[in-house]
Amino acid sequence: MSSKAKTQVERLLAQPATLMLFAWMIVPLAMTVYFSVQYFNLLYPNKSSFVGVENFAYFFTYPSFWTSILNTMLLVGFVLLVTVVGGVLISVLVDDHFPGQGIVRMLLISPFFVMPTVAALTWKNLLMNPVSGFFAWIATSLGMTPVNWFADWPLLSVIMVVAWEWLPFAILIFVTALQSMDREQKEAAQMDGAKAWDIFWHLTLPHLRRPIAVVIMVEAIFLLNVFAEIFVTTNGGPGDATTNVPFLVYTQALLEFDVGAASAGGLFAVVLANLVSIFLVRLIGKSLTAGAR
Amino acid sequence: MARTTRWTAVATMATTMLIAGSAHADATLTIGTVNNADMVRMQALSSEYEKTHPGVHLNWVVLEENTLRQRLTTDIATHGGQFDVMTIGAYEAPLWGAQQWLKPLDNLPADYDVNDLFPNVREQLTVDGHLYAVPFYAEASITFYRKDLFAARGLTMPEQPTWQQIREFATKLHDPSHGVYGVCLRGKAGWGENMALLGTIVNSYGGRWFDPGWKPQLDTPPWHEAVKFYIDLLSHYGPPGPSDNGFNENLALFAAGRCGMWIDASVAGGTLVNPKESTVADKVGFTRAPKQTTDRGSSWLWVWSLAIPASTRQFNEARDFILWATSRPYLQRVGERYGLSSTPPGTRLSTYDTAAYMNTAPFAKVTFDSLKAVDPAHPTLLPVPYKGIQLVSIPEFQAVATLVGRLIAGALTGRGQVDQVLHTCQNAVERTMKRAGYYQPNKAEQP
Repeated sequence: MSSKAKTQVERLLAQPATLMLFAWMIVPLAMTVYFSVQYFNLLYPNKSSFVGVENFAYFFTYPSFWTSILNTMLLVGFVLLVTVVGGVLISVLVDDHFPGQGIVRMLLISPFFVMPTVAALTWKNLLMNPVSGFFAWIATSLGMTPVNWFADWPLLSVIMVVAWEWLPFAILIFVTALQSMDREQKEAAQMDGAKAWDIFWHLTLPHLRRPIAVVIMVEAIFLLNVFAEIFVTTNGGPGDATTNVPFLVYTQALLEFDVGAASAGGLFAVVLANLVSIFLVRLIGKSLTAGAR
Repeated sequence: MARTTRWTAVATMATTMLIAGSAHADATLTIGTVNNADMVRMQALSSEYEKTHPGVHLNWVVLEENTLRQRLTTDIATHGGQFDVMTIGAYEAPLWGAQQWLKPLDNLPADYDVNDLFPNVREQLTVDGHLYAVPFYAEASITFYRKDLFAARGLTMPEQPTWQQIREFATKLHDPSHGVYGVCLRGKAGWGENMALLGTIVNSYGGRWFDPGWKPQLDTPPWHEAVKFYIDLLSHYGPPGPSDNGFNENLALFAAGRCGMWIDASVAGGTLVNPKESTVADKVGFTRAPKQTTDRGSSWLWVWSLAIPASTRQFNEARDFILWATSRPYLQRVGERYGLSSTPPGTRLSTYDTAAYMNTAPFAKVTFDSLKAVDPAHPTLLPVPYKGIQLVSIPEFQAVATLVGRLIAGALTGRGQVDQVLHTCQNAVERTMKRAGYYQPNKAEQP
């Protein structure tokens, strides 16, 4: 059999799997597109009708729409900032050998394996509860008034919870990256009289450029979909203070049972995620080629 | 010969087992219910039901109200068929009944005594003359107050206070340094949480959700006055962080002796007078819900009821169960086991004819009076096109009241001015109603 024929057979054999994967993706998407142009209230199935782009207009003029965009951006932005800056600093800190290094590293990474709902419940009830929480205990022991976190600083509280979950991911990537750093170069710099800060700024940080880009891209795509943490802690409130785009879609679908508007919102979220990832891939693509040079 | 006998024996045994099996057809009923105290008691007592009904197994799905509602609604609307018995309220029963999503409960046995059920309550569950659910317990909203604190400050609670009087009492009772707050009210967002209470306040201020042409009325003076009053009252004389408090949270606060007054569902009475669950069991006073401009719609009516979805394959078993759980003997059994004041309230007239119950349950009379007085068919001062006191019996209500509830809970925590929030609400509700085809924008604006 010639190699050309062999490739053709291989392609043919791969067809069923490709088709299944395609259907796996396209069927839900097609249904969402279909429902997004229908007026369809789950409680009123007999009343559904074609309405064109009305669902989109309805979703975009929903009173909480712009707030939800802003909240999504703030959430993604601040969590990225905390995890990247904090992740770099912590991983540099634990990079040099010290007794118990393995255990410390494992503890640093472990929050990543806690399920989002469990993490949110732990923070809500054990740490941030204004009466019985750990933070409230610290505040009262120091003679201060405890902060009612989720009522007075709702978005900040959610950012704290999500950042705590994603910081380990950043640390994991950065610690691994630091292990491939050239020790000899660092020692040479030290012998030339470079201070710790200079080494960090001129050697470590440039070395971490690519891992940072990867962390930003992966996290951004996941952080756009944060839902469980908000659902468990604040339920999008008070008011719409912690409503992000996925939560807004949820309110349409499961609190208002408006399938049409929820589908329109879902499609909007898909577009948003694609825009962000295209933007990030461009950015990272550039940084990767710059790194290769 | 011996072999034949053995085979005959085996065959006979097998046949016997088959017949026995069909006589006691195994049925597993999946029951979705709320985690309220009365339903938890039903779950505990249901082992007695399983004993008297061999072959019937009960599979309980007990959830928090909002989660249960989502599960049940998506299940029934998509004909999922997960549940055989559903716990639903006065909002869902008529809507789902009209959609034929529930099995009608006609020709109930004589010993069930349908006429013993409160007429007001039964009407909530009836569509076109068919009963679609049987009431498990019913509640009106009433005022709970601390008799000891009132006496200590020389105050007297009138039989039916006004909201202004509640405010005056609250200013005198409010004593946060001793852990007592003037008044506890629902602040948690949700059409069944803050909007239930706020709906009755708006009604008593003379407001309504829609005019007879279905035009939303949220930007009218009664709404502004009522919402401003509610936010002012709760933020000055309520417990800290009121936007987190729903029925269960306020119940815990009152039972712990933290509230001077509380306006909420009459069903809380059973818990508040129980010394095991309440530190103020002998100090609670009960009176009618506050009025203001009008008495109409100032007290809500809610019914938790049991219904059978059309998708069930075990209608007869399910029907037997829900009739048992709402029957007179069941109510008596709860009274025997948990104390008379724990009897599921508000469903049967005979409960209120029992002298022992009326004497043991100090909240029984006001519950009875309130349930008799409420009129879901004429809920407001001005005419409306809908039925329901703290709810509007249309599918879109869930959407608009969820949204309004969220924005008002936001205003309660200081996010946005009341005027501006109500203006936003008005526009949002108009959009939803126009989209659902209730009124044409131009037509509705004509005089």
